[in-house]
Amino acid sequence: MVDLFAAVFQQIGRVAILTWRSLIAVISPPYEIGQWVRQMELLGVRSLGVAAITTLFTGMVLALQTAFSLPELGVKYYIGTVVSKSLTRELGPVLVALVVGGRIGAGMTAELGTMKVTEQIDAMRAMAADPVKKLVAPKLAAALIMLPALTILGDALGILGGLLIAIYQLDLSMGLYTNDVLSALTLGDILNGIGKSFFFAYFIAIIGCFNGLEARGGADGVGRATTNTVVWASIMVLVSDFFLTKLFYIL
Amino acid sequence: MADPIFRIRGLVKSYGDKRVLDGLSFDIERGECLIILGRSGSGKSVGLRQLNGLERPDQGQVMFDGVDIATLQERELYPLRRRVTMLFQSGALFDSMNVFDNVAFPLREHTDTSRDELTAKFAEKLSVVRLSGIEELMPSELSGGMKKRVALARALALDPEVVLFDEPTTGLDPITAATIGKLIGSTRDDLGMTCVVVTHDVALARAVGDRIGFLDAGRFRFLGTWREAAESSDSTLHCFLEGREEADAA
Repeated sequence: MVDLFAAVFQQIGRVAILTWRSLIAVISPPYEIGQWVRQMELLGVRSLGVAAITTLFTGMVLALQTAFSLPELGVKYYIGTVVSKSLTRELGPVLVALVVGGRIGAGMTAELGTMKVTEQIDAMRAMAADPVKKLVAPKLAAALIMLPALTILGDALGILGGLLIAIYQLDLSMGLYTNDVLSALTLGDILNGIGKSFFFAYFIAIIGCFNGLEARGGADGVGRATTNTVVWASIMVLVSDFFLTKLFYIL
Repeated sequence: MADPIFRIRGLVKSYGDKRVLDGLSFDIERGECLIILGRSGSGKSVGLRQLNGLERPDQGQVMFDGVDIATLQERELYPLRRRVTMLFQSGALFDSMNVFDNVAFPLREHTDTSRDELTAKFAEKLSVVRLSGIEELMPSELSGGMKKRVALARALALDPEVVLFDEPTTGLDPITAATIGKLIGSTRDDLGMTCVVVTHDVALARAVGDRIGFLDAGRFRFLGTWREAAESSDSTLHCFLEGREEADAA
């Protein structure tokens, strides 16, 4: 039992050291701008489709469920409030983090893990280059920029999904829905969600990179590390979401 | 005689309960080609990785030019790693970069070389390993032997003083292996570098080695010239060099 605790604290310590080294690498020159842009394209632009579909349909489902589950209360006239508040504060950042995070976290682990087991990371170290600076920092920076960006886009698409249902399914006017959204939604709601997505981006990138750099034992080891990333990134997103929600309500 | 470039004393390295290096001590002279032979799992590669600080010993000293590199932090090792480069067993070319970018990587990282100078340096290093016209190819498009040669060109890019070779002929056919052996010999002779070669390829060892060290149970069972090896009464060494099992020697 003592060994288990020691191992857990050791892992947490190593993640903390990687975090520190990565953040220093992100803010200190020279900046690997080319790598940052490449990672932003890989992590962000290529995740657009999956993020868009997830949030668009979530907004539509949210509108339908709200209207159909409580018809006698006339809730359908407030679906703009329900959809926009739920999406911006909660569902947008969490669903985008889960769907996109699984994809990009697994990709980071697979890439770095393969480089680790084929000695490419060692080769980089042997050429006096820092793998954290060259490989981890661009991924972390790209995740910190692109996940909030995808969340903002997802929020907008989710609200659009609600609008489509409001117009074509619930026979509400566009004006009613948009007025409802605009009167209900505050800047605080949006910032709350974007704030969460920064933390989610950090967890996904650091877990993905850490597991990749720690991968051992060939293809089997990389496969296990990749699975671990998907599981732990999802757990960290969901657990931290609870605490971040409490924190942001206090603030 | 000049001071040795490396002076290694009492290296101990364990993984869990397994002691891989057990008091390993030896010197590497400037300009020589030292071959480290030994069976699989005898600690050859672990020993080699101590020489550029990729791994650290549990005990002992690795003196390079009078500095104990075993005590240095990762960043403090960077000046050493520009002078002591390494050719990895698999080549370890970066999958995401083409041949040009792989060879240019250390130059871009450590020098302010212009694109024209990079191109010239690339062509020069590629000619050393007798390749040309492959700058746009990705590592996945290269054969095993070509990967090793490109990796050697990359290892030579910064004009190092010492090159560490980890199993340079493993996985290659005999003809390609002989070509790699010749390249190691010619780079040493033409460029005057110190080479440390870890291998279990005795033919390669005979082709390029000035001295051989036979590693057994974490320390050198034999360390000396080929002449001294021939005169040695150690039957295990002779069995290894002749590719016989020990029981056959009786």
